[in-house]
Amino acid sequence: MALARPEALLIGDVLEVLTFQGGYNTNAVLVGSAMLGLAAGVVGVFALLRKRSLVADAIGHATLPGIVIAFLIAVMLGASGRSLPVLLLGAAVSAAMAVLGIFGILKYTRLREDAAIGIVLGVFFGVGVVLLSYVQRPENVTASPAGLHHFIYGQTAAMRAGDAMLMAGIALSAVVVTAVMFKELALASFNDDYARVAGFPVSLLDGLMLGLVVLVTVAGLQAVGLILVIALLIIPPVAARLWTDRLLPLMLISGGLGALSGYIGAATSALLPRAPAGSVIVLCGGGVFVLSLLIAPKHGVVAMAGRRAVQRLRIAGEHLLEAAYEHDVSRKGDTTIPARTIRAMERLWGWPIWLGPMVIAGLRRRGHLQRTSDGYELTTTGAARGARIARNHQLWEQYLQTYADVAPGHVDWSADTVEHVLSPELVAELEAALKAKGALP
Amino acid sequence: MSDTVVHSGHAAPTSLAERPEHSSDSPLSIHAMTVAYQRKPVLWDVDYDAPANALVAVVGPNGAGKSTLIKAALGLVPRASGLVEFWGEPYKRVRDRVAYVPQRESVDWTFPVSALDVVCMGRYRRVGWLRPVGRAHKKVALECLDRVGLADLAHRQISQLSGGQQQRVFLARALAQEGDLYVMDEPFAGVDAATERAIVALLRELREAGKTAIVVHHDLQTVPEYFDHALLLNMRVVAAGPVNEVFTRENLHKTYGGKLTLLSEAAEAVARSGLKVR
Repeated sequence: MALARPEALLIGDVLEVLTFQGGYNTNAVLVGSAMLGLAAGVVGVFALLRKRSLVADAIGHATLPGIVIAFLIAVMLGASGRSLPVLLLGAAVSAAMAVLGIFGILKYTRLREDAAIGIVLGVFFGVGVVLLSYVQRPENVTASPAGLHHFIYGQTAAMRAGDAMLMAGIALSAVVVTAVMFKELALASFNDDYARVAGFPVSLLDGLMLGLVVLVTVAGLQAVGLILVIALLIIPPVAARLWTDRLLPLMLISGGLGALSGYIGAATSALLPRAPAGSVIVLCGGGVFVLSLLIAPKHGVVAMAGRRAVQRLRIAGEHLLEAAYEHDVSRKGDTTIPARTIRAMERLWGWPIWLGPMVIAGLRRRGHLQRTSDGYELTTTGAARGARIARNHQLWEQYLQTYADVAPGHVDWSADTVEHVLSPELVAELEAALKAKGALP
Repeated sequence: MSDTVVHSGHAAPTSLAERPEHSSDSPLSIHAMTVAYQRKPVLWDVDYDAPANALVAVVGPNGAGKSTLIKAALGLVPRASGLVEFWGEPYKRVRDRVAYVPQRESVDWTFPVSALDVVCMGRYRRVGWLRPVGRAHKKVALECLDRVGLADLAHRQISQLSGGQQQRVFLARALAQEGDLYVMDEPFAGVDAATERAIVALLRELREAGKTAIVVHHDLQTVPEYFDHALLLNMRVVAAGPVNEVFTRENLHKTYGGKLTLLSEAAEAVARSGLKVR
């Protein structure tokens, strides 16, 4: 991929790469990275739901000794030591040994999972680093180990089309297996004891899931690198979780976000060959996550703040209706509210200056309030709503005093909240309970 | 370890049903079962035959091994010794007839599935491997949700259900298995009055239909009202049988208050010694 130029990037370059006009090699890497992201997103959902994401981190780090040992063995046997499939096989074998190591520690010692993961991750990675520094001294190994260190941070610039296709192939096989085993993996992740009693081989399914994580990790070694591949397994599912509460959509969205991160990340790093590709791809994933956190309609920050604001406005409006009802309608039958009364209430409740007009606009839109010459007037529905809230308040206060032995001076605050959330059914229950005690107000 | 405390060397080559003290009618037969956690025994030498077509309460104080009893019987917890059979057969052969309701707290309720999805899990064995849940199975699952009064909430995400509703979802999943024996771990724990009534009605329905339910229960007061049989447990079987026979002051005292410290002291000693429990 020789697109990068020393001068500033041009929009044209970006578009060129993103629209698959960057040459055969670049296109293959783009497609491969997108497939990798898809696989990581899909497999990552189950790693996350089974609370095994950190095992995936250990798996990533544990590939290093396998890569170096595979290189050494290949050199000893007279091969070049640069054959990608051989190196990836070595990575997969040592990753699998790490998984067995973690579960062995859990089974035969009393260590907890976090400790077991930490031990295995540290030891495997440490061995890998020592071996790597050994092979990098020319007096030790005659064949050049150039490029082995790229597996740590990832490097798409050196990838050939064949490498990218190998990556895409491994990744797609992980996606296919996950899709086929969807139901069983979901059951084992949600409720393993139940699955065992029903006769599903949970340990086997767990092993399969971790095997898929190993596949994704190994596939991603070249492009993303062994340290950051964990991020590709965690970020898309977590971002997708903000968009949906259902499992199938979660997998689809997570896979989509992962593919998007892989695609954009690989394109960006094609233009910035000196930045390690892994970090660029993962940063794209991070961007997707932050964006989801902000704008996701279900659990996004903006949506939640919006819902809270609407709620606050509604409650403020109901307080106003309640106060108007209690002071004027119920006592004097007077439904008008002079503007100065509203100003007095705002001061009493400590409303910020912008809240009053918004509350009134909301009440008018709902037809609870209408404008008059010197202020406002409660409509019939507005008065009814005020009466309802006042009644709820009274019921809850009485309930607390009758059933919970709360002192009369202490019931007002909770009633001010509860009055807004009582459903008709709850009101009926409250009335029945108070009637039974002869305390219905 | 003396043989009077821990059975050793039970030669039991034949089915429990052929032993005079057990019967093949019994949906659950436990023979000389001892269970240990980290080598510390929590259940000693349990012998028990559940009656067919009955509602059985398993009661005992905290730490008595109630949940452990059913988990060990179902193979979720390894048994140090002993034999367990269902209708005179090993569990593997009769899985489809047994429905398990785990404790509500044992799962993560933020899991991204709906109530209906969870109930459909009860159909997975019938659906078979690698196949999606078909329309007919979903219909059965919906009917089961309806039986526990939750048909309206079928598509709600499970974290948006109340504790009692979550418990009813678990019961509906067990119903969806259409089994003959229901093993429930604390279904009444922390549920609202409406759910408690729903569970009791459901248990009675099951009995009408000729099924058996073995229920870990913590509320002694309601045992005579809700159940026919009781198994009083405190690290070993204190008493078992029809509620009106075994629910005596003396048995309850033995289960909850009596001088049982020797058993737990022995268990501590075994754990310290590092000996393997058999």
